[in-house]
Amino acid sequence: MAEKSKDILLGPIFVNNPIALQILGICSALAVTSKLSTTITMCVAVIFVIALSNFSVSLIRNYIPNSIRIIAQMAIIASLVILVDQILKAFMFTVSKELSVFVGLIITNCIVMGRAEAFAMQNGPVASLFDGIGNGLGYSAVLLFVGFIRELFGGGKLYDQQILPLATENGWYVPNGLMFLPPSAFFIIGLFIWLLRSWKKDQVEHEG
Amino acid sequence: MQHYISLFIKAVFIENMALAFFLGMCTFLAVSRQVKTAVGLGVAVIVVQTITVPVNNLMYQYLLNEGALSWAGLENVDLRFLGLISYIGVIAAIVQILEMFLDRFFPPLYNALGIFLPLITVNCAILGGSLFMVERDYNLAESVVYGLGSGFGWALAIAALAGIREKLKYSDVPDGLKGLGITFITVGLMALGFMAFSGIQL
Repeated sequence: MAEKSKDILLGPIFVNNPIALQILGICSALAVTSKLSTTITMCVAVIFVIALSNFSVSLIRNYIPNSIRIIAQMAIIASLVILVDQILKAFMFTVSKELSVFVGLIITNCIVMGRAEAFAMQNGPVASLFDGIGNGLGYSAVLLFVGFIRELFGGGKLYDQQILPLATENGWYVPNGLMFLPPSAFFIIGLFIWLLRSWKKDQVEHEG
Repeated sequence: MQHYISLFIKAVFIENMALAFFLGMCTFLAVSRQVKTAVGLGVAVIVVQTITVPVNNLMYQYLLNEGALSWAGLENVDLRFLGLISYIGVIAAIVQILEMFLDRFFPPLYNALGIFLPLITVNCAILGGSLFMVERDYNLAESVVYGLGSGFGWALAIAALAGIREKLKYSDVPDGLKGLGITFITVGLMALGFMAFSGIQL
């Protein structure tokens, strides 16, 4: 059981990554990654929502009639997201303003729905909790990678601290403005997938 | 009138749901292998978006906003924290009603849209449209135009991507980039193209 929990927890990070392999939850992955501080907030929020929604769906999985399961899952997820949204508004108002609508969009983040449907409906609460955390971590791994590159090369900063001295302030680094623009997120994720698939050859898609 | 035309152009091109805000990406990448299915999904999104944004706008104005319940004699009620769950409920309900309505009265259209209708409930572009509408305080007429425009922009983007992907079949892509990887890069290049609109002031 210990071995299995570890697989469930760590599998989604590299072997079965929700973003790179399952094409889930990309929407928010791209828009919130221009700065590490917003990225980390988003990651924590998603891990929280996905772990608890998996846990709760799994707890009541035997009582939900099949025909209304989507609505039931949706209600659980939406309540959790409202909780996150209210907490962010109360304690981290500036971050919540920067994330704008993207906190709300965790509801339609396909990872959360997808895991509730694919895993939590068949497995026990503890395994589902681990699966939720694992998938949240897999999602965070991609987001942090993208956020790290975008902030470092876009502004020479990490977590709002100046790392590379800018040329405009007598340093040597000329910031790459492209990194702050939306398209750069696509390029970085595309390259990340390339990197991951060169390492794990079995993930290559052959039919194109 | 000009105000509405600018709003429409802005929603279609400058603030394109898919290429400027990355909304609805999951379906955008998954259902863009063929132009035909992509156009079908695009039409479904336009229809649903044009209906849900105004309906959510009415709900926000008359039920959820601070002081919105004054017509019922409840001046001090602020239900905005219930926003998210109500919008998603409205979207799910409207998609369901639309599905039954089309099945009853327009069977050809229903068959053409097929599996795409239920998929739309979890399309972030739809919920995103409603959330942007609330954030920007659109009135009812503006929200109709915004819903139509943002849906149309999304449909345009997915049709264009599907066209490119159909041509991409003939090119020699490195192994690791095949499929999802090269699609991301393609979308990135398309987004760069759409950024050319971003300087336009309307």
